[in-house]
Amino acid sequence: MAKPKPRVKVPKKAKAGEVITIKTLISHKMESGQRKDKKTGELIPRQIINNFKAEFNGQLVFETDLEPAVSSNPYIQFSMKVPESGEVVFTWTDDDGSVYTTSKKIAVG
Amino acid sequence: MLNRRDLIKYGSAGAAVAVLGVPQLALAETVPTTDDRIKEFTGGAQIGEGKVSLSTPEIAENGNTVPVEVSVESPMTAEDHVAEVLILADGNPRPGVATFKFTEMSGEAFASTRIRLAMTQDVVAVAKMSDGTFQMARNTVKVTIGGCGG
Repeated sequence: MAKPKPRVKVPKKAKAGEVITIKTLISHKMESGQRKDKKTGELIPRQIINNFKAEFNGQLVFETDLEPAVSSNPYIQFSMKVPESGEVVFTWTDDDGSVYTTSKKIAVG
Repeated sequence: MLNRRDLIKYGSAGAAVAVLGVPQLALAETVPTTDDRIKEFTGGAQIGEGKVSLSTPEIAENGNTVPVEVSVESPMTAEDHVAEVLILADGNPRPGVATFKFTEMSGEAFASTRIRLAMTQDVVAVAKMSDGTFQMARNTVKVTIGGCGG
């Protein structure tokens, strides 16, 4: 599988105390572990993104545990209250232990 | 040396072991049902209704990617906020979908994702409040083409 590529949409500017919407997507096949290989008839081992979290200036904003019923290329949308300028750090954790991250800055003013 | 009698004796003993062994094996592989997952999440507490709004399409043509949106009425302060929301798909081989965890930094208890649904079924959202109470909502989604692969 190609290396998962995270994409996030975060407003560049916000007012102090404003609640913003954040949209995230990561390219990942989310292999459920339920499908069988059509040629061999054997189960294809599960490999999914099992956890996603967003932190703002080191403080946890939102976290989710994912199970195999989440679609491939998992899309996650959530809200965040912006108290001050800073950086949102997004982290996806793969079943194989890989961690994918990206970050976005938000300016208050 | 093994004669025919012994073979039958050992054979039946083996069969008995197999018979006893199978149910235990089956038990170990039992997939928790929707009710099991809800009980595990709530600890058996009573679940109210009305605060959770769950938004799903009435009809999903493609069960591979069904948009699900959940929001919960809450002031989202340190004292009074929504801690977690468990999403379950009642008719999937495994009902678990996702658990959203909110903080006071979330501003509002809102999350949206896309899920797989194997067939027409109910999607369930159970919210755990910071005061230890629970709220839930349930929606039926009609699925035209199931989304769990061949």
